[in-house]
Amino acid sequence: MADPLLSLKGVSKRFGGLTVTDTLSLDLCQGEIHALIGPNGAGKTTLINLISGTLSPDEGRVLFAGTDVTRWSLQRRARAGLARSFQITSVLERFTARDNVALAAQARAGSSFRFVRPVAREAALNRAAEAELAAVGLGSRAGTQAASLSHGEKRQLELAMVLATAPRLLVLDEPLAGAGPEETARLVGLLRTLRGRFGILLVEHDMDAVFALADRISVLVNGRLVVTGDAATVRAHPEVRSAYLGDDALA
Amino acid sequence: MTRALRTQALPLLVLAALAAAPFVGFGDGFALTLLARGMILGMAAIGLALLVGGAGLASLGHAATVGIGAYAVAWLDLAGIDGAGIVVPVAIGAAALFAGVTGAVSLRTSGVHFIMITLAFGQMAFFTASSLSFLGGDDGYTLYGRTTVFGAGLLQNRLAFHFVCLGLLALVWLICSMVLDSRFGRVLQAARDNPLRVRALGFSPYPYRLIACTLAGGIGGLAGVLLANATEFVSPATLAWTRSGELLFMVILGGASRLYGGLLGALAFVLLEEWLSGLLTYWRLLFGPLLILAVLFLRGGLAGLGRRDG
Repeated sequence: MADPLLSLKGVSKRFGGLTVTDTLSLDLCQGEIHALIGPNGAGKTTLINLISGTLSPDEGRVLFAGTDVTRWSLQRRARAGLARSFQITSVLERFTARDNVALAAQARAGSSFRFVRPVAREAALNRAAEAELAAVGLGSRAGTQAASLSHGEKRQLELAMVLATAPRLLVLDEPLAGAGPEETARLVGLLRTLRGRFGILLVEHDMDAVFALADRISVLVNGRLVVTGDAATVRAHPEVRSAYLGDDALA
Repeated sequence: MTRALRTQALPLLVLAALAAAPFVGFGDGFALTLLARGMILGMAAIGLALLVGGAGLASLGHAATVGIGAYAVAWLDLAGIDGAGIVVPVAIGAAALFAGVTGAVSLRTSGVHFIMITLAFGQMAFFTASSLSFLGGDDGYTLYGRTTVFGAGLLQNRLAFHFVCLGLLALVWLICSMVLDSRFGRVLQAARDNPLRVRALGFSPYPYRLIACTLAGGIGGLAGVLLANATEFVSPATLAWTRSGELLFMVILGGASRLYGGLLGALAFVLLEEWLSGLLTYWRLLFGPLLILAVLFLRGGLAGLGRRDG
């Protein structure tokens, strides 16, 4: 195996007496969709926060593309190409869809300490924004204020923002949460097109989507990885059956 | 272009009205003094609106930057220096430096803590000014004369002073508008709405906010120069926290979502204050409730009155 894109080495995080992440190690390869599943309270969001830099671990190291980023801030990791979405949709409600994505593109297009030229007229940023919006299926909504978009459309918008930062690794925290069946199908199709272009860490409760998309699946229970493997391995694992998956999810 | 004209029609109208005022019956000394005060406070309030509306930072120490600008005029006046070429850059520089240094500390906090720490820094500036005995301490300092422009007493002429204030006011508004519409302004406003999202995109909000603080401080300093010239007098009262509160109030009254809200608020505030104080001895008893009603019922401020789309 080539050097992993993301590597966690013995990472632990405690909140008071509660160990939420327990000496966890995980590798994620370039181009791989790696799903992280687990019951509520297993520590999935904490793990995402540790990877993206919103939290820093008490022990262990986080390596991104071979570099130790354990002490890096969220914004520094983002600049290095580690992009995340949020479980609760996080877009700029007062901005148009285009301006949301153009802001993301701006993060990768030279200095933002420019004070004179009107940014709304920067054609390169607007073109990049509209291209990403078209890629996620929001091309016709570019001029709409984000607050007026449907929940599913905001999910798509956030994905477009993440993509516009030209990331190397996407950390997606329940990108399908709250989306209707039609939107889910569209988002799953969209995520499939991203396979191979980026490493993707996908936290998701929708088991159909996880089994359809993931190259490998890791199961997190009580802050520890129970098993990592392909869909068949994970389905067959006895601890996974008892800890998480209902029988109907395996049908 | 037509869209720009429509959205900016109100501030352009107000600036045009201020330009016409001296020729349509408001050319006497009393009216010009009042209008100058409104324009100067409006300038400071536009700077504050950049912070409050643009960056989401409610500072309760903004009057300190105005006071520092005014005290720079007094200090240089005492030293016999009254040329605008020195006075203006020194005043702007000193106020911007104060805003930058205190901002660097204040911006480590947020919300109510930010308000309280800016208040504390403002009070430090106030007590420092009160203890400058060579500039009159608590009693303040009367200027020998107004600031000169290329050696000429241009600002002595009330009408000329009116248009200097108006020109600088328009310039400040244009600069702040330009900054908000730039790449920098987009990041600043995004960080106001959703700092976590902005950080996740790779931006650190801190330097953007610090630059906005410094810019607002510099504008406060410029307003301070004009204020000192308007009254030919400088006292610690200029830096009092109640002044900062009034400036903040002007921004909210005018509408924090628009830069020119600061100007509208300042003009309304000054005119209302003047009208009521001529009417009643205990005018503040009416002034306070009126302001509270304005905040309660004018949700978008005065700038939001003409807009029905919210």
